[in-house]
Amino acid sequence: MMKPVFMTYTKKDLINLAVCMVLSVLVIPSFITTEYWYTSILIPWLCLALATIGQQIVMGYTGQLALGAAGFMAAGAFAMFNLILRVPDLGFVGSLIVSGLIAAAFGILFGLPSLKVRGIYLMVATLASQFFIIWMIDKFGWFKNYDSSGIITAQDIVILGKPFTTPLAMYFVCLAVTTILTLLAMNMARGSTGRNWMAVRDMDIAAESMGVSLLRTKVQAFAISAFYCGVAGALFAFCYLKSLEPVAFDIKLSFKILFMCILGGLGTINGAFIGAAFILLFPVLLNAIGNNVFHGAIDATIISSIEQVIFGGLMIIFMIYEPLGMAKLWENIKQKWKTKYPNMNIKNLTSSIGKKS
Amino acid sequence: MVDELLFFMEVLVGGLLAGTMYSLVALGFVLIFKASATFNFSQGAMVFFSVLAFCGFMQDFNIPFVLAFILAALLMVVVGLCTERFVLRPLMNASEDTVLMATIGLGYVLEGLAQAAWGVEVRRLDLGIGDFPVPWIADNLKLFISALDITAGVVAAIMIIGLFLLFKYTKIGLGLRAVADDAGAASSIGIPLKHIMLLVWSAAGVVALVAGCMWGARAGVQFALVDLALKALPVLIIGGFSSIPGAIIGGLIIGAVEKVLEVYIGPFFGGAIEGWAPYVLAIFFLLYRPEGLFGEKIIRRV
Repeated sequence: MMKPVFMTYTKKDLINLAVCMVLSVLVIPSFITTEYWYTSILIPWLCLALATIGQQIVMGYTGQLALGAAGFMAAGAFAMFNLILRVPDLGFVGSLIVSGLIAAAFGILFGLPSLKVRGIYLMVATLASQFFIIWMIDKFGWFKNYDSSGIITAQDIVILGKPFTTPLAMYFVCLAVTTILTLLAMNMARGSTGRNWMAVRDMDIAAESMGVSLLRTKVQAFAISAFYCGVAGALFAFCYLKSLEPVAFDIKLSFKILFMCILGGLGTINGAFIGAAFILLFPVLLNAIGNNVFHGAIDATIISSIEQVIFGGLMIIFMIYEPLGMAKLWENIKQKWKTKYPNMNIKNLTSSIGKKS
Repeated sequence: MVDELLFFMEVLVGGLLAGTMYSLVALGFVLIFKASATFNFSQGAMVFFSVLAFCGFMQDFNIPFVLAFILAALLMVVVGLCTERFVLRPLMNASEDTVLMATIGLGYVLEGLAQAAWGVEVRRLDLGIGDFPVPWIADNLKLFISALDITAGVVAAIMIIGLFLLFKYTKIGLGLRAVADDAGAASSIGIPLKHIMLLVWSAAGVVALVAGCMWGARAGVQFALVDLALKALPVLIIGGFSSIPGAIIGGLIIGAVEKVLEVYIGPFFGGAIEGWAPYVLAIFFLLYRPEGLFGEKIIRRV
């Protein structure tokens, strides 16, 4: 293991971060100019990846089977709407944090059954949160500011008096929030918090006898997970959907996030990004094939059915052959590469480039 | 006063009978759990898949009712066969949660296949039993109870008794129980694990088909059936995952409670509380009696 340079981040992490930042802040904005990429792929990717990190914390790190991510996202999104509407002094960033905290409160409430039960039992308990939160928002007009149409337009994002309304600006907002929260999640996962989560995941009874408080660890995981989902939900509504409707956060979205989490790789942060990218991009690819290869001869509903079959099939295949998902596949590829070319690393690469010139 | 009481009875009986429909779905879960200690999350998808295939056979190919039912049942046997071969056998030694997630994937596959093969539009299923009050009961007992509800109740009762007898008194049932108790030990004394699994999954498939017919006749054959089938999960938590009588009692409790709450408390909150009431009820059960009413006590070893 490399020694951490700052908090729990190693030199390699900082290099990775720098590469990602250069790519996302400099390269992407200068090469991608079509709005479609921002509004339909990059922004939802960042939002859903953030929600998937939330799911990872509770499922991948703490090992609690939860299926209510979309409910917490809805809580976050509608909290955001009401905060901006009713407490305008809070500002965008303040509202975002507070709406995450509100979602976290729900997370604590519905995470409590995890102290008693696990596995599918817990899944059913978290389904309650999914259905209850959506119902609550739907039935009490106050949450929707008594709007009868059912779909509310999200307010414009204003940070420090500057409007962030173009797709590129919204992309930067999502990017900033996702980057900060991802770094925090990595730090938590590597620190004592994460160690406790993983101890509970691997064997809760053993963890308890080692002095890890189950109550504290599980409730903490649910709260932090719901915070991430809440913030992701707020961003999802304000930057991607640009509207708020409870239906957008139904059980299907929860399943989608579950798939992102599992296919991406349980217990990894980069798996969240890989999984979210795959689940988002694969349908785009399928549609493109449908349109370009078969020239629209295949009905759109059939394509979406095929997509479902493939996602389900992949889930089964991954469970059988690689339960740790795509992130692990990526690790394996890197490992193979390293054993094949042991001298290939950044130091040698840069020095060899230096020699040539 | 008498009218109020009659109305309450009507709500209660309607709820109880509707609950038997949940029981039918839950029964499929219990069958598989009893024999293989696997939570089959795809039971809801199996309900949808089987009844959509049944409708498809009848409506697209004009196959008569009985033959279509047999074909659909055979199709579910094939599904069971494939599941055993391609999902369960490779996951024989995997952890509970891994198998559960694989069955979530299986559910997705079945839903997708059904929609790819038979389309996404809502189909009407006519069983020849009307979803309207039976006149005889309405006249004599002053209760308005749907004929379909009564049929569902009778069908559920027959299936439960049949399965109960099968598990309790036949050699197959004994094998099933042995496998559920300890699959390794069972196979070492010569119980064919493969056959048992195939049998159980096929039986669960046929149960799903029957449940699907009942639900389809009421609500139309559509994707929403999958979400409805999710309500079988609270039923299982209340009744206990490994108990056939538990499935029926749990279904009755859920059915009755959600109807009574909906009618008497729902109006104060704008209705539709039956969407989450069963789950919250399940949470209370989880907090006080996690193994359910009839389930075996959960013992975990370090």
